[in-house]
Amino acid sequence: MEPFIHLTAIAIPIDQANIDTDQIIPARFLGKPRPQQAAGFFHDTRLDPSGRPREGVTLNNPAYAGAKIIVAGDNFACGSSRENAVTVMVDHGFRAFIAPSFGDIFFGNCFQNGVLPIRLPADRVARIRAILHELPGAEISIDLAAQSVLGPDGLSDRFEIDPFRKDCLLRGVDEINLTLGYEKDIAAFEARQRRELSWL
Amino acid sequence: MKLRRPDRGFATPDHYVLTNSRLIKDIPDPDHRRLVEQIRENAAETGVTLFDLGDERQGIVHVVGPEQGVTQPGLTLVCGDSHTSTHGALGALAFGIGSSEVTHVMATQCLWQRKPKAMRVSVEGTLAPGISAKDVILAIIAKIGAAGAVGHVIEYSGSAIRSLSIEGRLTVCNMSIEAGGRAGMVAPDDKTIAYLEGRPFAPKKAEWDKAVAFWRGVPSDEGATFDRDVSLQASEIVPMLTWGTSPEDALPITGRVPSPAAADAAKRDGIKRALDYMDLVPGTPLDQVAVDRVFIGSCTNSRIEDLRQAAEVAKGRKTVIPAWVVAGSGLVKKQAEAEGLDRIFREAGFDWREPGCSMCVGMNGDTGLPGQRIASTSNRNFIGRQGRGVRTHLLSPAMAAAAAVTGRFTDVRRLLA
Ligand code: SF4
Repeated sequence: MEPFIHLTAIAIPIDQANIDTDQIIPARFLGKPRPQQAAGFFHDTRLDPSGRPREGVTLNNPAYAGAKIIVAGDNFACGSSRENAVTVMVDHGFRAFIAPSFGDIFFGNCFQNGVLPIRLPADRVARIRAILHELPGAEISIDLAAQSVLGPDGLSDRFEIDPFRKDCLLRGVDEINLTLGYEKDIAAFEARQRRELSWL
Repeated sequence: MKLRRPDRGFATPDHYVLTNSRLIKDIPDPDHRRLVEQIRENAAETGVTLFDLGDERQGIVHVVGPEQGVTQPGLTLVCGDSHTSTHGALGALAFGIGSSEVTHVMATQCLWQRKPKAMRVSVEGTLAPGISAKDVILAIIAKIGAAGAVGHVIEYSGSAIRSLSIEGRLTVCNMSIEAGGRAGMVAPDDKTIAYLEGRPFAPKKAEWDKAVAFWRGVPSDEGATFDRDVSLQASEIVPMLTWGTSPEDALPITGRVPSPAAADAAKRDGIKRALDYMDLVPGTPLDQVAVDRVFIGSCTNSRIEDLRQAAEVAKGRKTVIPAWVVAGSGLVKKQAEAEGLDRIFREAGFDWREPGCSMCVGMNGDTGLPGQRIASTSNRNFIGRQGRGVRTHLLSPAMAAAAAVTGRFTDVRRLLA
């Protein structure tokens, strides 16, 4: 996997709380091959029933073209476990998400795809979104090693991240290979399990 | 890929299967047909147990697991589906993961995890007649919010939870994810053990005794502390339904459509947007809202007890709008037919269909039409969940049946009296 170290990119605000993964990619796109899923990206939010871009939808604003960061509301990407919600955004160029909180499964899925979900306090996230609305096309800078986010107002915030997840992202490790390196421990656990929980 | 423990893997097709045919060749979308074929090929290749289309054990994965005795107390159980939280009803730590993590588990039988925070939701007292597990969980979500349990595993406790059947507990744990919790669980007790005894994948003979001894040790210690404690009074819970586009938008059937003007500023926009989508006028009594269609099914409410509760309301009445009943598994369907529930539903005008996820998510093509208002026993009222532009209201099986026979949301207690 490609390592995640620094990212400086245009950020796009999505204000609503509880954006669910059904909004990010509606279920009817899930059974298709990955290239065809790309069209599902916020499909029903972006387009009206006749397929024309809806007016006033931030995601349709060309000033944010090329954005790689989404700054969202509380509980972003809650709901279904569909990893397609991450991959469809990756396929649209996104590499980082900033929100006060995330759906737990989405949060985990991000790390499986080399993208970084960042939790910041709700008032700070709201402030950043407001600035991004005022200055469409403004950039945010993320430094994973330093665990810092430089906002469009020049203010910097530190974020917390699990050290294991951080290390995996920085090195772009493949988790399966990493885990298989613990073969001895896994085998020992399984041997004990066979003794103590022999019905499993 | 070689699986580390194929004997610990189970599979069943549910999202993409048709509910009016059991034949793969009838699936019209070639991509979907391919997925259902692929699960058969992959199971044969890897050696995981498959409950395939045409096998009476096939059904929604979260109905099948407990039914087959695959789900057991003290296990860590994962599945590439967020409603894996359902299985916690038997005292398992069960949670949904994405497809990459599923691959990781298949290859290594491991998963990288940090210990989540613990939250206890206690419901004390006695539920009134006509109030079901669905009303309990909707009341809980309304109270703590759709993000209320993010980062937590919920343990449901208290006398009202203990008095629920295993099926009711499955319904409650199912919607933990709608409260933001990745997992929900109920401590195993005598009911859990009685439920598991004799199930095909439950341990047998000497292993059974050993397993039961282990299961008895699984519950939280007396006096255990939690990061967060929430409590509800069972006697205050009445039939619930959702009015908006998040499961937290739940209200008693005796309530009215909320008004954005009365809400605090932070919520106003969200309520307004939800009401626009749902085409509801603030102040309207919920029991005056007309319904176009009814769906009884999904991993939340498609077990035998759910069907019994709906049939009790349907019996001797007639539907006035299209209404579907989709059993959660072939075995639930068979049991319902043995009890004559299918006859009750059919005579009342319900459509009695083959098991699968069906209109819960509509991936198999079972969707509503734009603008339709659907009373649904499923778990998500998200925008477009049951089809583009469809307005979903979540409620219990009995309340769904009441809507089917009256054509509007109706306090089921009036029909049961
Ligand atoms: S019934 Fe609905 S929620 Fe349950 S597994 Fe199927 S699609 Fe998911």
